Amino acid sequence: MSRRFTLGAVAYAPKVITIWEGFKDYFSQHRFDFDYILYSNYEAQVEAMFEGAIDAAWNSPLAWIRAERMGRARGTPVSFGPMRDTDQDLTSVLVVRKEAGISSLQDLRAKNIGFGAVDSPQARLIPLIHLRQSGLVADKDYRARVFDVLGGKHGDHIGGERDAAIALMKREVDATWMIDGNYQAFSQEGTLPSGETVVLARTENYDHCIFTLAPGIAKESVNQFSEILLSMKWSDSKVRPLLELEGLKEWRPGRTKGFTLLNQAVESEHFYDSKGQIIEPNYRY
Amino acid sequence: MIQKDKSLSPIIDIENLGFDMGAHLLVKRGLAAIPVGSELLVKGSAANWQVQLSAWCREQGHSVRFCREGEQTEQTRHEVALVCRGSAESERWTQAEKTGFSDVKKEGAVAEEAQPNWGLAARGATTEAGGPAFHFRLNKKTDIWASNASELYAHAVAAQWDPEKAIVWSEPRQHSQEMEDAVIQVMTYMIENENAALLVPARFLGQLHPHFREVQALLAIQVADEARHIEVFTRRIRLYGGEPAVSTAGGQASLKTLLDEPDFSVAGFLLSILGEGTFVDLLQFMHQYAPDAVTRQMCLLAARDEARHVSFGMSHLREHLEKDPMLQGRLRTATEARFEGLAKTSGLNAEVFDSLILIAAGECTPAAIAQGFQRVQNLLREMENGRRSRLEKLGFTAQESQRLASLHTRNFM
Repeated sequence: MSRRFTLGAVAYAPKVITIWEGFKDYFSQHRFDFDYILYSNYEAQVEAMFEGAIDAAWNSPLAWIRAERMGRARGTPVSFGPMRDTDQDLTSVLVVRKEAGISSLQDLRAKNIGFGAVDSPQARLIPLIHLRQSGLVADKDYRARVFDVLGGKHGDHIGGERDAAIALMKREVDATWMIDGNYQAFSQEGTLPSGETVVLARTENYDHCIFTLAPGIAKESVNQFSEILLSMKWSDSKVRPLLELEGLKEWRPGRTKGFTLLNQAVESEHFYDSKGQIIEPNYRY
Repeated sequence: MIQKDKSLSPIIDIENLGFDMGAHLLVKRGLAAIPVGSELLVKGSAANWQVQLSAWCREQGHSVRFCREGEQTEQTRHEVALVCRGSAESERWTQAEKTGFSDVKKEGAVAEEAQPNWGLAARGATTEAGGPAFHFRLNKKTDIWASNASELYAHAVAAQWDPEKAIVWSEPRQHSQEMEDAVIQVMTYMIENENAALLVPARFLGQLHPHFREVQALLAIQVADEARHIEVFTRRIRLYGGEPAVSTAGGQASLKTLLDEPDFSVAGFLLSILGEGTFVDLLQFMHQYAPDAVTRQMCLLAARDEARHVSFGMSHLREHLEKDPMLQGRLRTATEARFEGLAKTSGLNAEVFDSLILIAAGECTPAAIAQGFQRVQNLLREMENGRRSRLEKLGFTAQESQRLASLHTRNFM
C-alpha cells in the first residue's frame, strides 16, 4: 500500500476547508490517497515541510522563496509542482485619486503611500522594490503606511488592500498599491468609485502561488499528484465549482522565473535571510 | 462598435471607457461575436486601460497580447490589444439543461418530474450543470398539478380585498352582549380552523419544486387569504372590546390530523374538499344570520376565497385521480382513519354549536331558539350534502360518497 500524500495549506478564509475537502474527494475518485493539514500561517507550513509533516505545500510566492532558501541552506532542496493559470503574469498597480494631480512617481516624494500587509508580496514587497528601482525609498523619500491584517497569510486575505483603498478615498494616503485584479474588484464593488482613480504605475509581471514539494519526495507520488491536477477540466461540471472556488480555469505546469522580482524584494527589504530565517522586525503572525 | 475586415481581426474601440466604468461589457460583447480561439483587436484611450484589460482577461480565461505601433499591421497606430477568446465561458454551458418553458400552454412547458439541480431557476431558464441539488419533496407533476392553476391564481389576485376598505368597521353595536359572546365564540373557533388552513398549504409550499410556478403562486395566495381571514376574525372579536373565547381539545385534535398528513393530495382532500367546502357553508350561514353587518360582510368575503381554494382542490384531485386511480383508495382510507382517530374526541364543541343556534335564532325566546336549532340542523344537512356532491364529482359512487361524507369530522374542518 502506498503512503498517503499529505498537503499543507493555509487557512486564510473559511472557504479553504471547502476547497480542500473537495480536492480530497476528487483525488480519492482518482485513487490517489490524499489528505491535507491546515496551518494558520505560511511560516509554520514551510517549517512543517522540513520537519516531515507534509509532502507538499500550497505556498504563496513568498513561502516558496523561504522554502527554497531553507532547502538550499540545509542541502535538501525543494522542488515545485503545478500552479494556476491565474498565478502567472500578474502585476500590481499604484492607484491615485484623479483629482490629486499626481502624474508621476516623483510627485509622491514626501507623500503617504498605502501598502497591504507586511508580508504581502503583491501589495508591499514587490511594490517596495518597484519604487526603490524608481529612486524612491520608503520612509526616506515617502512615508509608507502599511495596512497590516492577518499576518502570516502573505496577503492572501484581500482585507489589507481593501483597507488601503478605502484610506485612499478618505484622503488618508495619497496613493495605494494593490494587485491588478483587485483594482477591478474594488471598482466593481464601489470601494473605488468609477472614474475617480487612475493607475499611476504598474510593476513588472510576477507569478503567485505554487505547489512546493518536500525534499526527497517520491517521484511517483508527485507525478500522480500533478497529473491529476493538470487533467482537471473547466468543462467538467463536477470539477468546475472547485476550480471556481480556488480561482482558476486550468492548472499549468509550475515555473519559477516569475519569482525573480519578489526574490530581489525579499533581499532588499530584508524579509528573510539567505537561509530563510525571518529578519523583518515588524512581522507578526 | 465592432468593425470587421475580411483579412484582419474584428476590432472594438472602447475609447476612453475604463474597466472601472464598465468597459468589460464592450469587450465581452465583441468576444461573443467571434469563435473560441479567434482574436479580437481592442483599442482604447482610457488611462492604463491595458492593465485593467489584462486583469480582466486573466480572470475570464482569455489570453491577451499587446502590439506597439507598426509591430502588427496598419491598424495599429497606437498600442492595441489582441484578445484571444478562451473557451471557459462556452465550456460552462456545454452540460447545461433547459428547464421547460415559461408559457404553461406551450408543449413540454411543465416537466413530469422537476430535477433537483434545476433548483430555484425560473421555469424555462437554462441551468448550468454542477449546481447544488435542491431536494424539493414535491417534484412530480401528477402529485400536485392542476391545469387551471394559472386561471385560479389570476382570479385570486383579482379578488383580493383590503379589510380596511371592504368592510365598514364603524357600525355601532345594536345586539345584546349574549349575542356578541356567541359571535366571539364562533370567531374564536374560525380562527383556529383558519390557522390550520394557512399552515397546511404553507408547509407544502416550502416542499414544492418552484418549477411548478402556477401551483406555487396559488398556494402562496391561499396562505395570504387565510392570513387575511385570521386578521378580520380577530378584529371582529375586538370590535366591541372582546377577547377570544374558548378553544377545545377535541377541536384542536381534529385540526392536528390535517397538519399531520404528509401527502399533498390526501391533505388537500381532507382540508379543501371536505373541510373548506364545509366551511364555505358555515361562512354563508354566518353571512345570513350574524347579528351585525361587519360579521356578515367578512363572512361573505371569506366564503368567496374559500370557494376558490375548494376549486383548486377539486381540479387537482380530478386530474390526479385520472392519472392514478389508486389514489381513490388512499383518500377513502385517509377519511376512515381520520374518523377512527377522532372517534373518542367530542367533535364540534358545545359552545360553538350553541352559539350557532343563538345566532340563527336572533333572540332567546323559545320560538326563536326552535327556529335557530332548525336552521343549524339544516346547515349540517347542507354541509353533508355538499361533501357528498363533491365526492361524487371526484368519481366516488353515490353510496360511497354518502358514507364518506358522513364520516367527516364533526368539527366541520
